[in-house]
Amino acid sequence: MNMMSEIRGAGLVERAREVAAVAGKHADAVDKEGRFPHEAVAAMKSARLFGIQVPILLGGEGATIAEIAEVCSIIAQECASSAMIFAMHHIKLSSCVSHGMGDEWHEAFMHRIVREQLLLGSATTEAGIGGNLRNSICAIEVDGDICRLTKEATVISYGKQADAILITSRSHKEAASTDQVMTVFLKDQYTLEQTHVWDTMGMRGTCSDGFLFKAEAPAVQILPKPFAEIAAESMLATCHLLWSATWYGIALNAVTRAQAFVRAAARANPGTTPPGALRLAEATAELHLIKSNVIAGIERFEAAKEDPAQLSSLGFAVAMNNVKIATSQMILSVINQAMIICGIAGYKNGTPYSIGRHLRDAHSAQLMISNERILSNTATMLTVHKLDTSLMG
Amino acid sequence: MKDKIRELLGKLGGLPVAVDTLADGADLYAAGLSSFASVQLMLGIEDAFDIEFPDHLLNRKSFASIDAIAETVSAIVEGREAA
Repeated sequence: MNMMSEIRGAGLVERAREVAAVAGKHADAVDKEGRFPHEAVAAMKSARLFGIQVPILLGGEGATIAEIAEVCSIIAQECASSAMIFAMHHIKLSSCVSHGMGDEWHEAFMHRIVREQLLLGSATTEAGIGGNLRNSICAIEVDGDICRLTKEATVISYGKQADAILITSRSHKEAASTDQVMTVFLKDQYTLEQTHVWDTMGMRGTCSDGFLFKAEAPAVQILPKPFAEIAAESMLATCHLLWSATWYGIALNAVTRAQAFVRAAARANPGTTPPGALRLAEATAELHLIKSNVIAGIERFEAAKEDPAQLSSLGFAVAMNNVKIATSQMILSVINQAMIICGIAGYKNGTPYSIGRHLRDAHSAQLMISNERILSNTATMLTVHKLDTSLMG
Repeated sequence: MKDKIRELLGKLGGLPVAVDTLADGADLYAAGLSSFASVQLMLGIEDAFDIEFPDHLLNRKSFASIDAIAETVSAIVEGREAA
């Protein structure tokens, strides 16, 4: 890491901590009321965190996936919903950065994201398709310079609050269901008619209601690469890594609370080992595994980034899937351990040791792109892909 | 070789269109080749040509068209004969 990026990195961490402090103050209310974390998102905008991934050339900071993951993890330690919104925004932005460079409209759009700190939403889920985002029923209609789209989007992450939505569809009305494109629509170019309410067990602040989405915009707003390439080369990896970083942050905060509980018990009874101490040691070992897993995934992505053949290889897809599967499963066991350590104080809401929100938020991890679907994709790939027999790759 | 590839593509590709309507250079993903079907096709080709795809060739590009598949298979077969 050179000097410049170290300085920028330090600045980013400080800005992320400021946002996390705001997010933490409102996290319980956001969760309880199932409302959008306006305060945290406003803090992200004033810390100018929405444009960090945009290349320096276009006014951004050229932040790496590692730096963005760090921010996700820092915010997630205070409010998982806020961190997930930040992560989803950057997953969408990665599609523009990786596949919109050299394209006049998308470059200008990225410039605008930095300038106006626009929040990007995502609409890949569709009625009749479910979470299988590599399939679409709806098709974009290109009529001269104009494109139109109607989609029954059963989930749009923070649909009402987003400033623009990146949405998938078939590339034309005769296209196969897998022949997809992704289009950027700005807030004043679409209407949303609410069809589903996001009243969920956890991640309640993401407000991922369902809508009938109708839009019309200049056709130049369609991303110039097939969505299959976008998904394979940037979106799926960015998803799994930034989600995993967010989930790690949730688990880390649960263990931090458990550690505070054990320390308080140790101080109250000097000379004795508190009952939760051993379990805490065990939980930190698991936490360490999750962290190593996320870091290894990020390093793999950074190494593959400049090589489309590697990014679209089965080996890379298997590796990213495995990061997601392992992280999403292991956080539940770690957070559960933290709950056992804190006992009733962990089970109750509103104590310094409350773990309930963490546990509920963490349960979303297995379902955001269902682990069942991911495992079955990996299973298919493993019929031809051979496991790496080296330790260090 | 391309005839055999076409035959396997018809059997395993799960395409919504007839394989005969596709040119050798046509984009198979645009024609509806799913990632699941592409893996089935890889398996079928490994079996038919008695080869194993090395990991660096198991990517989207190697299976993007009938031409690309033929090129990938040839490279493996030639590599084996040279060895």
